Amino acid sequence: MSLLELRAVDKIFGGLHAVRGVSFGVEKGSIFGLIGPNGAGKTTLFNVITGVYTPEHGEIRFAGENIAGLKPAVIAERGVARTFQNIRIFRTMTVAENVMVAGHHLHKASIASAVLRTRAYERDETALAKRAHELLEILGLAELAGEVAGSLPYGSQRRLEIARGLMLSPQLLLLDEPAAGMNSQEARTLNEQIRFLRDQLGLTVILVEHNMAVVMNVCETIHVVDHGETIAQGTPAEIKTHPRVLAAYLGEETPEGADLA
Amino acid sequence: MRALIRIAITGAVLLAILALQLAVQAAFTEYVQRIVLLAGINVILAVGLNLINGTTGQFSIGHAGFMAVGAYGAAFVGVKLATPVHAALGPGVLADALIFNLALLAGALFAGVSGLIVGMPSLRLRGDYLAVVTLGFGEIIRILFNNATFLGSATGYFGDDPSGLPAYTNFFWVFAWAVAIIAVTHNLTFSQTGRSLTAIREDEIAAEAMATPTTRLKVTAFAISAATAGIAGGLFAHMQAGVRPEDFRFEKSIDMIVMIIVGGLGSISGAILGGIFVAVSLELMRDLQQYRLVLYALLLIVIMIVRPEGVLGTRELHHLFRRKKPAPPSPPSATPTEGA
Repeated sequence: MSLLELRAVDKIFGGLHAVRGVSFGVEKGSIFGLIGPNGAGKTTLFNVITGVYTPEHGEIRFAGENIAGLKPAVIAERGVARTFQNIRIFRTMTVAENVMVAGHHLHKASIASAVLRTRAYERDETALAKRAHELLEILGLAELAGEVAGSLPYGSQRRLEIARGLMLSPQLLLLDEPAAGMNSQEARTLNEQIRFLRDQLGLTVILVEHNMAVVMNVCETIHVVDHGETIAQGTPAEIKTHPRVLAAYLGEETPEGADLA
Repeated sequence: MRALIRIAITGAVLLAILALQLAVQAAFTEYVQRIVLLAGINVILAVGLNLINGTTGQFSIGHAGFMAVGAYGAAFVGVKLATPVHAALGPGVLADALIFNLALLAGALFAGVSGLIVGMPSLRLRGDYLAVVTLGFGEIIRILFNNATFLGSATGYFGDDPSGLPAYTNFFWVFAWAVAIIAVTHNLTFSQTGRSLTAIREDEIAAEAMATPTTRLKVTAFAISAATAGIAGGLFAHMQAGVRPEDFRFEKSIDMIVMIIVGGLGSISGAILGGIFVAVSLELMRDLQQYRLVLYALLLIVIMIVRPEGVLGTRELHHLFRRKKPAPPSPPSATPTEGA
């Protein structure tokens, strides 16, 4: 059964049909790539799935329920975590605090108990800090836990966003260009980390990425959109040679040697 | 055991404030004492406003309105409570303390509820709506009091007694309330709630994507901030022996914003410094007469050029004395904070 299923989703901004009739299913435990040229509607699809936008038509079923139109915070609470293409970390807070922000479900203590610093509050706080540290360790950021997040290098900020998303204990993780701004060494590490999240934490991952070395390497299924419409879906091998994909990326007349790998 | 220690600490703090009160009364003239009281009230105003403007990043520019609601509320309730409480307990320090604190809490409640009413519609939205709505609220409240005949209209409210409101406000109560409010705000800021509020300031979209109930938290912080201004208003009313609509003009809101910006937006200790600064600097320059406000404005401009982030920025005073890098992962401190 699909963990996430989009059925004929439309998103329209004024006269712009940003997403038109897109349908796909993401199997539980898979790593699913969403690619397409700039402006194809990939990030819009992420925003529709996470509730930033409400789709005009269509259904978005997550774990069997339609989540289209729910608020972002509600969708996040149900188990959909995301990162952002244009990094959105909490810059003045420390790395550890950034991750802890996403830990509401671990922090049941009320505002009054925070003010009175009750035992229950301190127990929750300790559990939260411990969990944050574990996640930072997975992403290789444990040493930076006390640093101000805004001072981190680009690649570390992207990994911090992943750690923060994991704090939600999600079932589904949406990564929006996680390899952007990473060097090839960092991108290789990222590949391993994404696999680790799936294999060890049982996460389902959807990846929007322009770095084909990453996409072709980790994704099992790739869905290609262009101008808001689906143009292909298949395994990396199929997508690499798919004529419509090559046309969308390289133009119609490209003969051969299209190097997507 | 923990509870006992906390009660002991609270008692010690209250005794220290009492000792300070005696010292201030012995050492200073009435004039200086009044400045000290004003500084204490300013500290409460600034710490409360900083919670919403500094920590949460939602700009209120009409906090004088909430101060007014608290001032009129505390004055009115204080006057109405005096007769039944005195009838039950007789006159005395205890009865006065009871009347005064109930009146202050009533003022805080009125101000907090006004905060909810103002905040609920305007904080649903992102952006600067709160600034516009609070600006309007501050003016509407002042004009309402200006026309409320049962509260003395433009002349102000002085109670039923011709000698004015009883002057309950003294050094002890101002500073006991200031310490309590600082302790509550501190514990709130350095908690999961505080982290969420800061996250809203830093990036509201990301905070929402991390399951933060942004609207609920913003409204809560705003209501707490409004209630705090209400306490300050109540203390102010019972210091003045009366409240006038004139006391809560737009300039008062601006004064509060100056306090937190000078001290450093988002810093509690900054707000404390800023509150004291505004009370003291204006008085120190009183001899300059009409040039006073010119010099005050110049002083503010200089501060903003030299330290645009305020004296402390977003840091706290006690962080400056700490090691530069706290050992990661920073586990939450198990030390209970005083008071609360």
